[in-house]
Amino acid sequence: MNATSSLHEFQRWKRWEPVFWLLALASPWWLSGHALLINEVAIVALFALSLDLIMGYAGIVSLGHAAFFGMGAYAAALFAKHIHPDPVLGLLFGIAVSTVLGAVASLSIMRGTSLTLLMVTMGVALILMELANKLNWLTGGADGLQGVIMGPVLGRFEFDLYGQVAAWYSLVVLFVFFLLSRRFVHSPLGGTLMALRDNRLRAQSIGIPVAARLALIYTIAAGVAGAAGALLAQTTSFASVEVFAFDRSADLVLLVVIGGAGWLYGGVIGAVIFKVLQDWISSITPQYWTFWIGLFLVVLMLVGRERVIRPWTWISRGKKK
Amino acid sequence: MLTILFDGIAYGMLLFILAVGLSVTMGLMNFINLAHGAFAMVGGYLTVILMQRHGVPFLLCLPLAFLGSALLGAVLERTLYRPMYSKPHLNQVLFSIGLTFMAVAVMDYFFTSSQQIVQLPEWLKGRTELGDGTAWELGMGHYRLFIVAVCVALTLALQTILSRTRFGSRLRASVDDQRVAAGLGINVNAVFLLTFAAGSGLAGLGGALGAEILILDPSFPLRYMVYFLIVVAVGGTSSITGPLLAALLLGIADVAGKYYIPRFGAFIVYFLMIVILIWRPQGLFVRKGGKA
Repeated sequence: MNATSSLHEFQRWKRWEPVFWLLALASPWWLSGHALLINEVAIVALFALSLDLIMGYAGIVSLGHAAFFGMGAYAAALFAKHIHPDPVLGLLFGIAVSTVLGAVASLSIMRGTSLTLLMVTMGVALILMELANKLNWLTGGADGLQGVIMGPVLGRFEFDLYGQVAAWYSLVVLFVFFLLSRRFVHSPLGGTLMALRDNRLRAQSIGIPVAARLALIYTIAAGVAGAAGALLAQTTSFASVEVFAFDRSADLVLLVVIGGAGWLYGGVIGAVIFKVLQDWISSITPQYWTFWIGLFLVVLMLVGRERVIRPWTWISRGKKK
Repeated sequence: MLTILFDGIAYGMLLFILAVGLSVTMGLMNFINLAHGAFAMVGGYLTVILMQRHGVPFLLCLPLAFLGSALLGAVLERTLYRPMYSKPHLNQVLFSIGLTFMAVAVMDYFFTSSQQIVQLPEWLKGRTELGDGTAWELGMGHYRLFIVAVCVALTLALQTILSRTRFGSRLRASVDDQRVAAGLGINVNAVFLLTFAAGSGLAGLGGALGAEILILDPSFPLRYMVYFLIVVAVGGTSSITGPLLAALLLGIADVAGKYYIPRFGAFIVYFLMIVILIWRPQGLFVRKGGKA
């Protein structure tokens, strides 16, 4: 098998994939009571897809990915408030703004160790949070940006109270970005990313422009994260400084790790598991949700993800002892 | 103006005490421990409980806070942290964030989410003014003077331990090459256990000292985690003086920024950090040939 055909093999659709997406796109129907949750899951899944692009495929660890999410959210909300209420235009605007921000911020990720990278990405998100907090006249400060009124999607579908239209809107956007990302990571260009993730020095020596590729994927991922943020602002008609919060970035890394990094479905599946768990646990103990997520995280890291999702290996480990 | 400088220095030194334990675990043991703030919080809460419920004097609370968090650190090191040493940094980060989340929720459960207040003894409450009314007026709170004194003593002690004692050389040997160190008869596990306990204890001490100045509530570890990390990342992790200078720089910049341009208080600190880290990714003060 030559290189081209092996790439084609990779990008061929597996049989279960269309089923998965059909079920997902139909879910606001057969789970109509949970449309709001589905909307949230779709948004987080899109956000996770974005992080997976840089973390799973290019090996850039970020604790501040919420920077782009928040930028998209504010951009879309402000666009709807001051310029035009159409959601699709707002979405495009949000993507554009966060892509530009991503291009600028990509300058900061070229150097240093994983620690530096964690700190710098976190710092960018925190600066934006501080800005959103202080620029009262523009963002509404700590109270958040209110009075965002969205028009109907494509001029036809009004957002309803039960969130069905919102869920569909988010799901379709997620699907589109998923297709694009899938196409991208399976292209030769995407292949070079994985090469530099695995061994940067070797990638450089076979002629891959490492810095340019890192900047490119970081910028693209920023745009995708911006789309997720825009969806959140549009479907909730609200944006607050909380979109930049550190917890959001940390949760995101967590759910990509749960789902499995470097596999586009990882973020999507992680988002489903995480959001459903969160919804479920916080309905039992609303205040102490963080305890359980913390415990989950600690156990997951100690035991290893591979073993947690494959319960049958627990027994064989016991035998070895 | 001198007052601001002094407050900045005192604040920086407090940050240093809080963060130096992290620089020990992170720099020497190469473990990214984001749960460091949780140990500091434990120290702070220990002080508050001991003082308010049991009437222990403040000065006695400080070593108790150190011992309490050191003990907790030792227990956790033996049970949870050790298997994580060999894992990638991302796993360590997530693991320690998990611990932090748990600590936040547990404190919230037992002590409610309201702020805890420390009553300082009378002799620490005063304030000394020098050069009244001039542009170079210097006002020094006695408590801040106390913090500076503790910090200077700690720095000297740590520097001596690391560079002059047998334990220090064992630690450095274990860090540089675990297998060779073990082959030379150094009990690497014990060395790491002690180091981690000391690092956690220092955090606890910092938390106890800072309980009056910083806001002590269950979100403490998350709020100050960023500051500790900045100190360590900017200062570099291979020495004691690096984090000290970084903490001073940070403290002065933060206090001065909040005083002169309050609109952009925390902004300055983050901005400074990003610029420094892009400029020198390994931190400002790095030993040549040191472990990255």
